[in-house]
Amino acid sequence: MNFDDTPQEAAFRAEAKAWIQANAPKQYEEELRKSSLGRSVLKGANILEVAKAWQKKKADAGWACLHWPKEYGGRGASPIERVIWQQEEGPFGKLSGMFIIGHGMCGPTMMAFAGEEQKRKYLPPLASGEKVWCQLFSEPAGGSDVAGLRTRAEKKGDDWIINGQKIWTSGAHYSDYGILLTRTDPTVPKHKGLTMFFLDMKSPGVEVRPIKQASGQSDFNEVYFTDVKIPDSQRLGAVNDGWNVSLTTLMNERMSIGAGVATGFPELFDFCNSLMLEDGPAIEDRSVRSRLANYAVKASGLRYTSMRAISALSKGERPGPENSIGKLVAGSMVQEVAMYALDLQGAAGVLSGPDDAEVAGKFQAMLLRAPGTRVEGGTDEIMRNIIAERVLGLPGDIRVDKDVPFNQIPTKGRA
Amino acid sequence: MNFDFSDDQKQMRDAARKFLAEQCPPKAVREVLDGKAAYDKKLWQGLAEMGFLGVAIPEEFGGAGAGHLELCVIAEEMGRANAPVPFSSTVYLAAEALLLAGSDAQKRKWLPKIASGEAIGTLALFEGKGNPSPKAIKLQASGGTLSGVKKPVPDGAIADFAVVAARTGSSGRDSDISLFLIDLKAGGVEAKSLTNVDPTRGQAELTFKNAKAEPLGAAGEGWSILTQVLDRAAVLLAFEQVGGSDRALEMGRDYALDRIAFGRPIGSFQAVKHILADMYVSATLARSNCYYGAWALSTNASELPEAAAAARISATQAFQHCSKNNIQVHGGMGFTWEFDCHMYYRRANTTALTLGSLSYWEDQLIDRMRKKNAA
Repeated sequence: MNFDDTPQEAAFRAEAKAWIQANAPKQYEEELRKSSLGRSVLKGANILEVAKAWQKKKADAGWACLHWPKEYGGRGASPIERVIWQQEEGPFGKLSGMFIIGHGMCGPTMMAFAGEEQKRKYLPPLASGEKVWCQLFSEPAGGSDVAGLRTRAEKKGDDWIINGQKIWTSGAHYSDYGILLTRTDPTVPKHKGLTMFFLDMKSPGVEVRPIKQASGQSDFNEVYFTDVKIPDSQRLGAVNDGWNVSLTTLMNERMSIGAGVATGFPELFDFCNSLMLEDGPAIEDRSVRSRLANYAVKASGLRYTSMRAISALSKGERPGPENSIGKLVAGSMVQEVAMYALDLQGAAGVLSGPDDAEVAGKFQAMLLRAPGTRVEGGTDEIMRNIIAERVLGLPGDIRVDKDVPFNQIPTKGRA
Repeated sequence: MNFDFSDDQKQMRDAARKFLAEQCPPKAVREVLDGKAAYDKKLWQGLAEMGFLGVAIPEEFGGAGAGHLELCVIAEEMGRANAPVPFSSTVYLAAEALLLAGSDAQKRKWLPKIASGEAIGTLALFEGKGNPSPKAIKLQASGGTLSGVKKPVPDGAIADFAVVAARTGSSGRDSDISLFLIDLKAGGVEAKSLTNVDPTRGQAELTFKNAKAEPLGAAGEGWSILTQVLDRAAVLLAFEQVGGSDRALEMGRDYALDRIAFGRPIGSFQAVKHILADMYVSATLARSNCYYGAWALSTNASELPEAAAAARISATQAFQHCSKNNIQVHGGMGFTWEFDCHMYYRRANTTALTLGSLSYWEDQLIDRMRKKNAA
């Protein structure tokens, strides 16, 4: 048992470190390091432009999408090299936020289902950040039950005509392309009548409307499709086989290892270390210490769980199922941490302005953003189902709509 | 990075699991639970023959000379099997204290007997209610004799020797405490068995009346040695707790797959699935914290105090959580004497206390994190 790199890993790390040292946008390092959930970063700079510039620089030097094949804009690196890169990229990795969906989900789906010519055309600019992609799956009537989606695609000559509405689409407002899951046959059970496409987000009939979140920010959008035309050549996988195609996409969503999930603990520990309560330093208060210790072991448990997965990658093995706990644990923890940090401030915890609030309002921002983390990318309840079914081998829920044609599933009057 | 046990260590875990599955089925645990024996003597001898009792004891003292990572994987299996033997008091506490502070003669006298299963050892620390603290130690040492009462002492009624924490000064500082080694069969010590929550692991009251004892380690160093012994034992006991957590989770999962209600396996209800998923989460967090503790223990890293406290807290929480919810998943049957669930529930809640309770270790963890932060 050790935490040492193999000689090859050490050589790779040294090369990555040297390149980052020489090329990263150092002027933003401090701001990026301090950023946390719920706080937009980089005052006085357009974060999209900074992020795109950094991504392009990485791509030109062969450091973008490390695990992708070289011909598609990657480096052909091993999974452990990808992890080492993420460790070394550190706070600059936060600039990759706008590319996560494209690189983590759209790219792998294109790689598995697009034609060779399309892959060579679309993947390199996706890797380099010159083109940004989004994923158009969720709908008002299909969130956790994504196969219940209603957006129609109808064949007309060599084209498909799309009508319907998507929702919770991250980054649609700055995306150039998207992958789109549609219903092509409503007369068969819901999983059997879906088809996947990719499309140009500038196509006529596509309308993107930002959603104002409960936190006041707008990360997500509604996307409306009115007679949008997509050529059949942009279909991914067979007609009505879209569910299987989407599983490739969703599988990749949960494969990210090594970047580490935000728990809020380091911020809370620092805060308690400096906070003075009436009777003395917060960190010397018994109840504060107890709460901190409980959060500390969750945070360290997640950190070492991720190290176990990294060790498996280092040995060329597939990581075990234990990494599936990350999002579930961190999501509710960050919310509790935020509430507790406000509790420690007493009535003044209500203030969120950067000049009035402790730590410039970091915990107030975290509090307001936190509910979203427990819903996006699989709700806490879906994550528990996944652990129960895929890890523990418990039976799936009984699905009352499993063998019912989609157009006969009751909707309580909602179309 | 190789943050995992080696193939050899995993093979040792498999061997221990196989051995314990054969030699320590729930029926054997029940012999002790029902009071038919103070501990499983046959199993104890078997563990000695397998080399498990002395796995971390150097060869020159009659052990296998493997190491603490090997001891961790065996500890996990002892917890999984709920083994009714004085393993933790003898191996994690007494042997570790001897290895840390014993003279060559003391090691030669006791360590080979531990490895061969001839001697059971323990640590006599507590004197009634409360967590580890130098202030709580009143038992007096003077002129090479001990006088006072220790309770609860794990496995105290069956132990052949004990490491005893005693007061040798009155300055109010940690240096008032020294450790002693005492042969409990040599007279001067009265042992009384005490009723406790987990009858498969005995607890006793030891009364010392001018009992002859020899110093263990330097005078005034007792508290410092004890702190190190407790840290090392915390990691090892945490592996037992993780083994117990995993077993409780498996029992709950198996029952949920088997039990039919409302026309379907109860494991298909989300209310039940989510209980089990949460058990998996706490068991996984604990296991990962324990791996870090194992690394720190085996390399004697400066991170050991913090790693030990984190492993201890996480594993205590996981075992309590998994063992209580295993009963919940079993419903009424889980609350019967006949089903094995309560044996894990009892063990979870006694191991949660034996080295100092959760609140003690929470306090320790934050102290140690602060120290690291300030450094």
